[in-house]
Amino acid sequence: MDTLTILQHYWWFVISLLGALLVFLLFVQGGQALLPCLGRTEEDRSLAVNALGRKWELTFTTLVTFGGAFFASFPLFYSTSFGGAFYVWMAILLCFVLQAVAYEYRRKPANLLGRRTFDVFLTINGILGPLLLGTAVSTFFTGAPFTVDRLNLADAAGGAGVVISQWATPWHGLDALANGWNLVLGAAVTLLAMMLACQYFIGSVADDAFVARARRRMLPCALGFAVCFAAWLVRLLFATGLAADPATGTIVAVPYKYLRNFLEMPFVAALLLAGVVAVLWSIRLGWRGSRRAVGFGGGGTVASVLALLLCAGWNRTAYYPSLVDMQSSLTIAGSSSSLFTLRTMAWVSLMIPFVAAYIAWAWRAIGRRPLTREELDGEGHQY
Amino acid sequence: MDYLQTVDWSRAQFAMTAVYHWFFVPLTLGLSVLAAIMETLYYRTGDVFWRRTTRFWMRLFGINFAIGVATGLILEFEFGTNWSNYSHFVGDIFGAPLAIEGIMAFFLESTFIAVMFFGWDKVSRGAHLAATWLTAVGANLSALWILVANAWMQYPVGCRFNLQTVRNEMTSFWEVALSPVAVNKFFHAVASSFVLAALFVVGVSAWYLLRRREERMARGSIAIASFFGAVFAVVTAVTGDRSGAVVARVQPMKLAAMEALYDGEAGASLTVVGLLRRDRADDDGPFRFRIGIPKLLSWMSFRDAESYVPGIRDLVAGNAERGILSAEEMMARGRKAVAELGRYRAAREAGDRAAMAAVERKFDPAAPEGEEFLREYFAYFGYGYLESPAQTVPNVPLLFYSFRVMVGAGVFFIVLLAAVWWLNRRGTLASARWLLRLCVWMIPVAYLASQAGWAVAEAGRQPWAVQNLMPVGVAASKIPSASVGTTFFLFLALFTVLLAVEISILLRQIRLGPDGAEIPEPEKL
Repeated sequence: MDTLTILQHYWWFVISLLGALLVFLLFVQGGQALLPCLGRTEEDRSLAVNALGRKWELTFTTLVTFGGAFFASFPLFYSTSFGGAFYVWMAILLCFVLQAVAYEYRRKPANLLGRRTFDVFLTINGILGPLLLGTAVSTFFTGAPFTVDRLNLADAAGGAGVVISQWATPWHGLDALANGWNLVLGAAVTLLAMMLACQYFIGSVADDAFVARARRRMLPCALGFAVCFAAWLVRLLFATGLAADPATGTIVAVPYKYLRNFLEMPFVAALLLAGVVAVLWSIRLGWRGSRRAVGFGGGGTVASVLALLLCAGWNRTAYYPSLVDMQSSLTIAGSSSSLFTLRTMAWVSLMIPFVAAYIAWAWRAIGRRPLTREELDGEGHQY
Repeated sequence: MDYLQTVDWSRAQFAMTAVYHWFFVPLTLGLSVLAAIMETLYYRTGDVFWRRTTRFWMRLFGINFAIGVATGLILEFEFGTNWSNYSHFVGDIFGAPLAIEGIMAFFLESTFIAVMFFGWDKVSRGAHLAATWLTAVGANLSALWILVANAWMQYPVGCRFNLQTVRNEMTSFWEVALSPVAVNKFFHAVASSFVLAALFVVGVSAWYLLRRREERMARGSIAIASFFGAVFAVVTAVTGDRSGAVVARVQPMKLAAMEALYDGEAGASLTVVGLLRRDRADDDGPFRFRIGIPKLLSWMSFRDAESYVPGIRDLVAGNAERGILSAEEMMARGRKAVAELGRYRAAREAGDRAAMAAVERKFDPAAPEGEEFLREYFAYFGYGYLESPAQTVPNVPLLFYSFRVMVGAGVFFIVLLAAVWWLNRRGTLASARWLLRLCVWMIPVAYLASQAGWAVAEAGRQPWAVQNLMPVGVAASKIPSASVGTTFFLFLALFTVLLAVEISILLRQIRLGPDGAEIPEPEKL
């Protein structure tokens, strides 16, 4: 492997890790989706919102960094998917805007819209955020209808509207919703987020009645997630994938490509297996009311999603298959930044362990003692 | 045709999002630092008065911060959703600062903001103070990287065009990060944000003094904010002057439009105030009336009072005597550069390796013909997409008036903040009620001046998404114009409502004061 290829794989790993962390941190959204059933009284609702409120900015920041890192390392994906699947990305952005203001404003006097409106904003973001992100991520495997021709720039004069990456349908991303398997992964991510949220509440709220409700809610979410995810995974293992031919570089269809990837990269398969086992174990711990459940659930989620995204991009796989022009499909080799930029960014990425360390410190410092009802009446900052 | 409408809607959407974003960002940048200074006083003196004061300003910071985050998210992703060609053409360079911003700044800010708000009784006083400072550092670091990205669009350096990938690629990270435009832009934007935040603190405190409420907190806050603001108002003026000198060199059309200078001149005067004619009649000149300072524009632009400053007509029609190419000539050269891409594609499709190699040599800076082609033709690549020389002229009245609002307000702020600091120090500020009222009214003026600065910077670089390399007309995604129009109005409505909510909450919190700020309305509980 030459340096460029190593860096392309390294950056796909970094992107995958950020994506995996994002899916775990979507537990904030999961908690927001559960607000109507977990927050029966105003006090319960405030308890849930304030427990989640200590983490929402971390999820938000991970989403922003995921986008920025994707842009820096694989700009052709950024320009193709974001500019093409316009409606889906706009819907995702819109529902995250609603979230960003809701925590801070919901209980502030003179907020014009009333607390209930901001709580509805949280619920909308809680359901639509994971659902749409899961659907969008599923297109890494199921593909999208786009074409790419970089030399279209030669014809772009005079407002001709000839762009490098074009969407072949007028649906601009809504087509992803027409594929049932995308929705299945969307549903799986939503239910996983809810399950993780229950585990988070078990670990970070000191209120027996509330925690008992979270424990009860966790089981149906876990069951629903397991069914959706298992169905999607089985279908993936039997699916035909696209890959770059090692000799010619052209994109060819490979039957059972994702199954082959797991067999040819056993460490990725092991990671997936370990992740799934950890998630299953977390369900057991959560049902027993253990505060460690979210650690296993979160760790398992990160491992599983990381393995799936590595499977999507490594081993010459087309991580963004085109449904209308196979050769337009994006591989990490064909869509990455230059060697210079990847190398520069690799230096920057050395900061990530340092960032992870201070996040871990802050998480422990703030969450050392579970949130109590009394704390909501204190003089501290409240949502 | 629909694509051109899409371009206009995408421009409108991006401009609208950026304008809303900038309603919140400068206060975040400056108030985070002011709150950190106040908490430092609490840490050093142990006086709970400073803890109470810090927490009050932090609450206002939090209300403002949330909506800045929301609009910032949209801006980042709009580069992809609305500017797809742009994202490919320069993503190799432009994406890096955005990613660094996320890794280096956003995590710092979002992690320690949680400690800042929720950690008062959970971590030690020293750790809390560190968290507050790190939040301020994170906010200002994020400004650094996004301003580096913006500066690169105005002055694209540290890169070369790669024919194989049909995009510009980075060749020097430090040239991008430390370009004179980037350095000046960062210090100017951040310093001016500090001034805005200082005026906000002074204005709110002045309101308390007018009401004879919270007088100790108001005077203490004014003491810090007015000094801080006055110092950074001077820094803003100095960096603004340096920015002007850089613009004269790298974006002469922007400078000419800012000054409504149609005919270039040696020893050019700087217009202090003026009123533009609507019809820009040639015979009478562009001004109805004008007061200028002789030779100052030449001196500020090139540090030489007799130097020649090119006007709009020189830059459009060319001026052989001064070695300025006409826009027509640059368009012709740009078209040749664009045509080479077409030749390359035709050769590739025909499998003609010799023809491909000929084009490749032209884009190779190491080859003799490449060196000449890149300098004489590819340097004007973006001009190849323009249809008329008139497109190279930005909106002159917008730039002319925005520039004067920014500079006029900026100079006035230096005087005002210095006067407020001095009177507060002497203990006579509370009796100068007209001055206190003026301070309250200066809050919206500070926002206006700040927005005017961005209008100069961004409208002034039209028609370019990337100076000389890519006009906005070819940078956009191909989405139906009706779709972008719809999202424009959707975001406009949403942001307007959220701005109204934010202002309403802020005003209520100010009215409630430092002790009542956290008490939710009983009926809302």
